[in-house]
Amino acid sequence: MTAFLVILVILLLGVSIWQMSRIFQLARKKPSAYDEIASDDDNNTQGYLMIGFLIFIYLLVIASFYFWWGTLLPEAASEHGSRIDNLMLITMIVIFTAGIITQALLHYFAFYYRGKKGKIATHYADNDRLEFIWTIIPVITLSGLIIYGLFTWTDVMNINQDDDPLVIEIYAYQFGWKARYAGEDNTLGEANVRLIEGINALGVDPADPNGFDDKVVSEVHLPVDRKVLFKIRSQDVLHSVYMPHFRAQMNSVPGMITQFAFTPTITTEEMRQTDHIIKKVDNINDIRAKESQALQAKGEEPLEPYEFDYLLLCNKICGISHFNMQMKIVVETEEEFSSWLAEQPTLKEQLNN
Amino acid sequence: MSAKEHVQTINDYQEYDPRHKETFVTKYIFSVDHKTISKQYMITGLVMGVIGILMSLLFRLQLAWPDHQFTIYEVFLGKWGADGIMDPNMYLALVTMHGTIMVFFVLTAGLTGTFSNLLIPLQIGARDMASGFLNMVSYWLFFISSLLMVISLFVETGPASAGWTIYPPLSALPQAIPGSGAGMTIWLIALVIFIASSLLGSLNFIVTILNLRTKGMSMTRMPLTVWSFLVTAIVGLVSFPVLFSAGLMLIMDRSFGTSFFLSDIYIAGEVLHHQGGSPVLFEHLFWFLGHPEVYIVILPAMGIVSEILATNSRKPIFGYRAMVASLLAIAFLSTIVWGHHMFVSGMNPFLGSVFTFTTLLIAIPSAVKAFNWITTIWRGNLQMNVAMLWGIGFVSTFITGGLTGLIVGNSALDINVHDTYFVVAHFHLVMGVSAAYGFIAGIYHWFPKMFSGRLMNKKLGYIHFWITAIGAYGIFFPMHFVGLAGLPRRYYTNSNFPYFDDLHDINVVMTIFAIIAIGGQLVFVYNFLHSMFYGKVGPKNPWNGTTLEWTTEHKAIHGNWDGPIPHVYRWAYDYSKMNKEGTDYVIPGQDFIPQHIPLQENEEDSGH
Repeated sequence: MTAFLVILVILLLGVSIWQMSRIFQLARKKPSAYDEIASDDDNNTQGYLMIGFLIFIYLLVIASFYFWWGTLLPEAASEHGSRIDNLMLITMIVIFTAGIITQALLHYFAFYYRGKKGKIATHYADNDRLEFIWTIIPVITLSGLIIYGLFTWTDVMNINQDDDPLVIEIYAYQFGWKARYAGEDNTLGEANVRLIEGINALGVDPADPNGFDDKVVSEVHLPVDRKVLFKIRSQDVLHSVYMPHFRAQMNSVPGMITQFAFTPTITTEEMRQTDHIIKKVDNINDIRAKESQALQAKGEEPLEPYEFDYLLLCNKICGISHFNMQMKIVVETEEEFSSWLAEQPTLKEQLNN
Repeated sequence: MSAKEHVQTINDYQEYDPRHKETFVTKYIFSVDHKTISKQYMITGLVMGVIGILMSLLFRLQLAWPDHQFTIYEVFLGKWGADGIMDPNMYLALVTMHGTIMVFFVLTAGLTGTFSNLLIPLQIGARDMASGFLNMVSYWLFFISSLLMVISLFVETGPASAGWTIYPPLSALPQAIPGSGAGMTIWLIALVIFIASSLLGSLNFIVTILNLRTKGMSMTRMPLTVWSFLVTAIVGLVSFPVLFSAGLMLIMDRSFGTSFFLSDIYIAGEVLHHQGGSPVLFEHLFWFLGHPEVYIVILPAMGIVSEILATNSRKPIFGYRAMVASLLAIAFLSTIVWGHHMFVSGMNPFLGSVFTFTTLLIAIPSAVKAFNWITTIWRGNLQMNVAMLWGIGFVSTFITGGLTGLIVGNSALDINVHDTYFVVAHFHLVMGVSAAYGFIAGIYHWFPKMFSGRLMNKKLGYIHFWITAIGAYGIFFPMHFVGLAGLPRRYYTNSNFPYFDDLHDINVVMTIFAIIAIGGQLVFVYNFLHSMFYGKVGPKNPWNGTTLEWTTEHKAIHGNWDGPIPHVYRWAYDYSKMNKEGTDYVIPGQDFIPQHIPLQENEEDSGH
C-alpha cells in the first residue's frame, strides 16, 4: 500500500511539473526571430566588457612581470650574449609600445563605437596616405631591427680561427652528453660512430695521433675570458646543445659536425653572487624546503639545498629521457681550469688501461 | 565546347531542377553538394578538435602537477597511464598528436574545408564547385586520413611521438622511441592521404573561383573571404607536394633501407648501415611546407574576420586593395621564409641571414592588415554579435602573437629562444588561437546558412567568447616567461633537476586557465548541437550582409538559387553608403546595399 502511494505521489509530482513547465512556456513571450541578433543593450554590455578585457590584459602583463621576473635568465655570461640581450631589450620596447597602443585602440574603439539604433557609421573605404604611413613605420622599425640583428648574427656565427679558440667537442647520445677536450695540440682526433668500441665511446680513431692527447669528460669546464669553439656531434638522433646562460644554442646532427663559439665572461662563482641568482636560488630553496618537509613527514630523505650551476640542456626532442639530458658547465679562472684539466686522463692513457 | 563555355552553360542553366531524386546516401553521405560537404568537414574537424584539445588537457595536468597521480590518465591512456602516472613516451606522443591534429586536421582541413566549401560557390554566385565529384572525393580522403590518425592512437607501441615536425632520425628509428614503430607508419600514410585530399580541394577551389563567378563578379568585387580562400588554395598547391616528397623519402628510409635523411648512426649497441643522408635535408623539405602551412591556417581566418568585422561595423573594410595586396604579399613571402625554423640546425649561417631578412619582411603586410582592421571598426556602428566578438578577439591575439615574431624571426635572438616555451607561446597565439577564433567566428556567423536559417544562442555565445578569451591569454601570456626563463619545450617535467623549480606556479596558473578555457568549450558544444535542432530561425539575412549567400532561401537546395543566379553590380562592402545629398542612406532606411542591387540613381559611383 505504501509503495503504491509513493508511486502515485511521484507520478502526480511528475505530472504537475510537466504541466507547470507547459504553463511557463505558454506564458513566455513569443520568441522573436531577432532574439539572437545583438540588440542595443547587448552592444552596450559587450562594449563595456571590451574595456574590462583591455584592463584584464594589462593587469595580466603587470602581474606576470611582478611574480615571474625573478624566474628569468640572469644577465648573459658570454661576450656576444650581452649584445643579444641588448637587441632583445630594444625589440621588447618596440613590441610593448606597439602592443599596448594597438590593443588600447582596438578595445577602445570596440567600446566607443558600440552600435546604437539610428547611429550612422562613416562610409570610409580608403585613404592612401594612412596606408602609406602604416606601411612605412614598420619598414623603418624593421630595417633597424634587421640591420642590428644581422650584424650580431654574423658576428656570433662567423668563427675567426685567429682568435685561437679552445676547441672542445660536445658529443650527444640518448640520453647524455660527453665533452672531449682537444688536448695540448688543440686539435681533435678524427672520429666516427663506426669506431665505437668498448671504452672508446665517442668513436675516436685510435690511429690518429691528434687524438692521443684528447680528454673525454662528462662535465664541461671553461676558462673565463677565453674564446671556446664547440664542435658538436651526435651519435644517434638530433639533439640540441642549449646553454641558455651563455645565449648559445646549436643542434647536434648525426652525420655532421656543427659548431658554435663564444667567450664566457662570468665565472660560476661570480654568477652565484649576482643579485638575480641569489634571489632565484633563495626562491628555489624555499620551494625545496617545503617539499622536504612533506617528504620528511612521509619518512623519506629531505632534498639537498640547491646551488646554482650553469647548465647545458638538450633542446631538441630526442626520446623518452629528453627532459633529463643535461650536463654541468663550470666557468672558472685560467689557473683553476688548467689544474682541473691536468687531472683528467688522456684518451691514450684511457685506452691503454 | 571549351571549358569556359561549359562552365557558362552550367551557370546559365536556369531551369535547374533542385528536386531531382536524392536518396539518404547521396544526400547526407556521398553528397556532391558543396554545402553538405562543408558540414561534413566542419563536423569531422570539430570532432578532431575535441580529441586534440583533450590531449592538451592531459599534458597540461602533467606539466602542472608532475608528482600527482591522476586516475584520468589511466582512464584515457590505459597502460600508458597505469596507476595515474603518465608514461614519458606517452607525454611525447600526446604533444605530437596534439600538434598534428590541431594543425592539419582542425585548422587546415577543418577551417578551410568548412568555409571554402560553403562560401566559395555561395559568395561568387555559383551553383556548386567546378567538380562536385572531386570535392566529395576530397572529403572522403580527409575522412579516411582522420580515421587512420585516430586508429594510430591505439597501436600497441603507441602513436607517433617524435614531435609534429617528425624530424628523423628520431621518427625513422623505432629503436630511438617506440612511437616510431607502427604508430609512425600509420601517421605517414594518414598524412599522405591528407595531402591528396588537400590538393584535390585546393585545385577545385582555384578552378571554381577563377571560372564560375557570376556575371559582374569581377575579381576586385569578390569578398575578402573568397580572396583569402583563393590565396590559401594556391599556397597549399605549391607547398603540400613538397611535404609529400619528404614523407615518401622518410617512408623509404624507414622501410626500404635508403639513406636520404640518415647517416653515421650508432643506436642500441650497433652501427646502422645508413650513410650520406642528412636530417637537415628533411628539415628543409618539411618547413618548405611547414611554414606556408601556418599561413594556410591563418589566411582563411583573416578573410573570415575581415568579412565579419566589416559587416558588423556597418562599414566597408578599410583599404580593400591593400588587404588583397597584403594577402598576396604574405602568401608570396610565406614560401621563402622556411629557414627561420632552422637558424640553429647547423645550416650555413649565411642562409640564416637571408631568412631573417625575408621573415621580418612579412611583418609589413601583417602590420598593414592589423591597422586596417582597427581602422575598419573606427567610427563604425558596431553590432556586437557573437561573431563580431570573436573577430575582435582574433585581431587582439594576432597582434599579441605576431609581435613576438620579431624576436623568434630574428636569427640573433632566436639562438636563445629557439625551441623554448617562448616559441610555443608565440605560435599558439598567432596561429593556433587566432585561427581557432576565425573558425569559431565563422561558425557563429554562417551557422544560419548551414542549418536552415537557425541561429546559435546569443547569450551562450557571449559566455563562450569571454571564457575563451580570458583563458587563452591566461594560458599563453605567462608561457612567454617560461620560455624566457630558458625552459626547453617537450620536457615531460621540468622538476627533475632544481634549476626550473621556481616555474612551478606559472605552470599551475597556465593549467588552471587551460581547464577553464577547455570547460568553456562545453558551452559551445551544447550551443552548437542544441541550435542545430532547436535554434531560432532568424531572418533571411540576419546580419544585414551584402554578399550573395544571404540572397538564398533558408531551405538549402542543391544549386543554391531556385531560379536564375543573381548578377552582381557592386563590391561586397557598400555599408552605410549615403546618397548624393548626404541626407539618407542610398536605399532609405537600410544601411547596406547587397551586391546584386544595381547602381542607384542618387548614388555616387565609387568605382567598385
